[in-house]
Amino acid sequence: MKIVILGGGPAGLYSGLLIKKANPACDITIFERNAADVTYGWGVVFSDRTLASFQRADNKTYEQITDHFVIWDTIDVYYRNQKMSCGGHVISSISRKSLLNILQNRCFELGINLRFSCEIDDLAEIGDYDLLIAADGLNSIVRKRYESSFKPSLEYGKARYIWLGANKVLDAFTFIFCENEHGLFQVHSYPFNGTTSTFIIECDEASWLKAGLDKADEIQSLNYCQQLLEDNLGGAKLLSNNSKWISFPMLKTRHWHYKNIVLVGDAIHTAHFSIGSGTKLAMEDTIALSSALEKHADLETVLNEYELERKPVVEIFQRAARESQSYFETLKRHMTLDPVPFTFNLLTRSGRITYDDLRLRDQSFGDVVDRWYANKALTLSNTENSSVAQALFAPPPLFTSLTLRRVHLPNRIALSPRPICAAQNGLPAEAYTNQMRNAACSRAGLVVTEQVAISAQGRITPDCSGIYHADHVEAWKRVIEFIHNHTSAKVAIQLNHAGRRGSTRSRAKGPDRSLQEDNWPLFSASSIPYSPSNQVPVEINRADMGNVRNDFVLATQRANEAGFDVLQLNFAQGYLLASFISPLTNHRQDEYGGDLHHRMRFPLEIFDAIRATWPQDKPIFVTISASDCVRGGTEVDDAVRVAQMLKEHACDIIAVVTGQTTIDSEPAYGRGFLTPFSDRIRNEAGILTMVGGYLTTGDEVNTIIAAGRADLCIMDPPQLNDLYWATPAT
Amino acid sequence: MQIGIGLPSTLPGAQGQLILEWASRADEGPFSSLGVLDRLVYDSYDPLITLATVAGITQRVKLATTIIIGPLHNNSLLAKTAASLDALSCGRLVLGLAVGARKEDYDAAGVDYQDRGKRLSEQLSSLRSIWEDDFFGPKTTRHSGPDLLVGGLSDQSFARMVRYTDGYVHGGGPPRAFTRAAEKAFAAWSDAGRPGRPQLWAQGYFALGNEAVTKAGYRYLRDYYAFTGPFAERIAAGLLTSPQAVAQFIRGYQDAGCDELVLFPTIPDVAQLDRLAEILYAQGRMRRAG
Repeated sequence: MKIVILGGGPAGLYSGLLIKKANPACDITIFERNAADVTYGWGVVFSDRTLASFQRADNKTYEQITDHFVIWDTIDVYYRNQKMSCGGHVISSISRKSLLNILQNRCFELGINLRFSCEIDDLAEIGDYDLLIAADGLNSIVRKRYESSFKPSLEYGKARYIWLGANKVLDAFTFIFCENEHGLFQVHSYPFNGTTSTFIIECDEASWLKAGLDKADEIQSLNYCQQLLEDNLGGAKLLSNNSKWISFPMLKTRHWHYKNIVLVGDAIHTAHFSIGSGTKLAMEDTIALSSALEKHADLETVLNEYELERKPVVEIFQRAARESQSYFETLKRHMTLDPVPFTFNLLTRSGRITYDDLRLRDQSFGDVVDRWYANKALTLSNTENSSVAQALFAPPPLFTSLTLRRVHLPNRIALSPRPICAAQNGLPAEAYTNQMRNAACSRAGLVVTEQVAISAQGRITPDCSGIYHADHVEAWKRVIEFIHNHTSAKVAIQLNHAGRRGSTRSRAKGPDRSLQEDNWPLFSASSIPYSPSNQVPVEINRADMGNVRNDFVLATQRANEAGFDVLQLNFAQGYLLASFISPLTNHRQDEYGGDLHHRMRFPLEIFDAIRATWPQDKPIFVTISASDCVRGGTEVDDAVRVAQMLKEHACDIIAVVTGQTTIDSEPAYGRGFLTPFSDRIRNEAGILTMVGGYLTTGDEVNTIIAAGRADLCIMDPPQLNDLYWATPAT
Repeated sequence: MQIGIGLPSTLPGAQGQLILEWASRADEGPFSSLGVLDRLVYDSYDPLITLATVAGITQRVKLATTIIIGPLHNNSLLAKTAASLDALSCGRLVLGLAVGARKEDYDAAGVDYQDRGKRLSEQLSSLRSIWEDDFFGPKTTRHSGPDLLVGGLSDQSFARMVRYTDGYVHGGGPPRAFTRAAEKAFAAWSDAGRPGRPQLWAQGYFALGNEAVTKAGYRYLRDYYAFTGPFAERIAAGLLTSPQAVAQFIRGYQDAGCDELVLFPTIPDVAQLDRLAEILYAQGRMRRAG
């Protein structure tokens, strides 16, 4: 078999040597554009898992690599003049130059034809082959030649970065976050050969332009960074090696092989440097390719197996890398976090590492996190005596308390029993209030009701609970008294007016299906039905807006009379108040329509009226849609502005949901799908948040709370709605 | 979790007599349902005709489509057929619908492939209205008609499931793939504020016997899924060929929260049903499980 490999980087060399080792009869030629001893870049990192796969693939080069590498297990974070450390992350690094030397020598030893300084511009120059392996990097000429078959997509990151070295010995992977008059810079640095370390300096475009780095040459850039990191470098000098400021190119490729041509490494995919090296992915590709070659005789089967084996793995890695990349691109929003949550948020940014993982890796770091949250809760609940002793022993973050105004939640878990659609004339069903008792008895810190209608007309279905009659107040009062007498849980009521989603059938067979008979008239911000089969609402007029406001105020008084601790107002999911906020549902010509400021006017009037009625020592939550999840609708930037407006009006917590604005809303459902929205709203608008989105484990909640992505979590434990739960005795 | 068995209606060469015998044995055995698959351009029986045929000789088992390609069907005709099958089988029909994965089926039916998702949503909505609002008979066994399930892996599939149906049918794969889909289904259900929980159905393929039997099973799957290109090999690799593999597969799906797992044959031989039944009996599942 005649194999030609384009590119003499780690991917090309490693695929050559692995294939030759298994099939000595193979005729393999590697073409490399540069001379043998020319190399760019500093160190490359490998996880211990990657190294284990090197050992299985070729023990000889593995031993040489491990002779040369530097290994460490700690991540240091320098932030706000403080240093945080977290251990247990075993990573090793080797200089790119040493790695290439090892691989080149092994290729020579195995009898591979290595042709350096051999620039290929036209594929015709390389002659015949049975298999062409394109390891020619990001700018692969092979991929470009057959672009329509490979279908690549390239997207450039928003940040700028430069790859430098430094004559400094580091004893840990080191993140440095520094702000100067030009903006925010972050540094990713790690040791790689005992005397030198890699320093990648990254910043957003605005800081880069403000610092004049767009016009800086290599020396000027080096000097700028030297000055920026003076304190951290402690006298060491930064080094450049043809280094330039670039934007990270994110490459994905639909098809990985075409006829007898196959792509490996950077030629086919890239992943942001903040979660690992492209060299790691490239070398893992070649291991998969060579083992498929060993298994099958038919080339098509080999290449299919290689692609099926690697593509899903690479896609998962790229998704995590994308999360990490966008974390660094939007880092500014996290700069308000204190060092402990900041560090925790940084370490859990890609979604692959959780609270439990970090605790397992470094118990003392876990203790630092737990203590920080416990002390914060102590300080907040003892405002009169803030000099109380610091907690030495602390529970996990989900069990820390949260005090909102004068309402003390014993922990960060909220439970909201699923609707059972059994209310009659607004009177909550006993089966439902029993579920609320169960939730409180199961140690929830906060029990949240289903959507409760402020008026008969504001109901979603005829079997929705309400709070518009004295009987309703009595029914709610009974369950709240039980909860207050028997548990430390607090109780929140969700007040809602269904708007154009009203007058529908029981949700047992799905939402938004108009009643067969006894429909009641609907109103909404504009006269647009929820779906073609729903009733057309009337555009609500001033008089009815006044009535709705009165109904909300009356419901607020009744909720207080019933003894609720928290009032949660619904501005989301296409109901009446949400219909004002989304441009898809608000086409009004008066001062309640138009830009976001005007669209928020009526919802804020309701909020103010309620805030004036609801006791000052009790908090108000507002549910908002973080995104309409439909083209032309609101997006998370709008949600941040909505949250800011609500904060100015003294809202205490934003409850984050998405979608359901129109029938076409299609949120990307999944475990924890709302958390990224909550993170943005909480940290950009600077307001506390509550988030759900199918969270079922304490580990998820601890991770969210400790990272400062939300302050309260609505959990969906599978048992919550099971009927076998005993009804507690009264 | 209940275990159903697929009918051999997409196995080329399966005769009517085999399908009838298969169905009546399944009705006596430990199986809770009979499943059928849908494919137009292939040597296979029509799924609803197949279910109607076996409805007459069975009394107990659910009759489930997992799935049929909804957009290929006219909404009113499908509503009529499904209502008839539901009424004539005393409410045993479970109607799973999805868009399918083959353009050639749409081309052959002369149906536009482009807006298939939107058409499926409209179809689901219209089926339920026709049944519930008594547009025309027959009256379904329950007021809302037979249970509806939907399949597919896109975000839209889960939005569709929670808006129009009673649950989700997973297309196949290892239990961990099902787990991810189940999480999406639960997240969607909870987000929409629907009472209860979604029914979760899943499926797998088996071939039990000597090497010749398992080889024939692999061959069938490679052929049936040839349209997926290299992925056919992946699907074939998931074939359950030993009692151990079947037992672990069942365990994995049960732990992942599946309600009903339908195991499909790859060999048109009733001995396959018997061998699967033996495994289930050995696990302590009852004859005539309900």
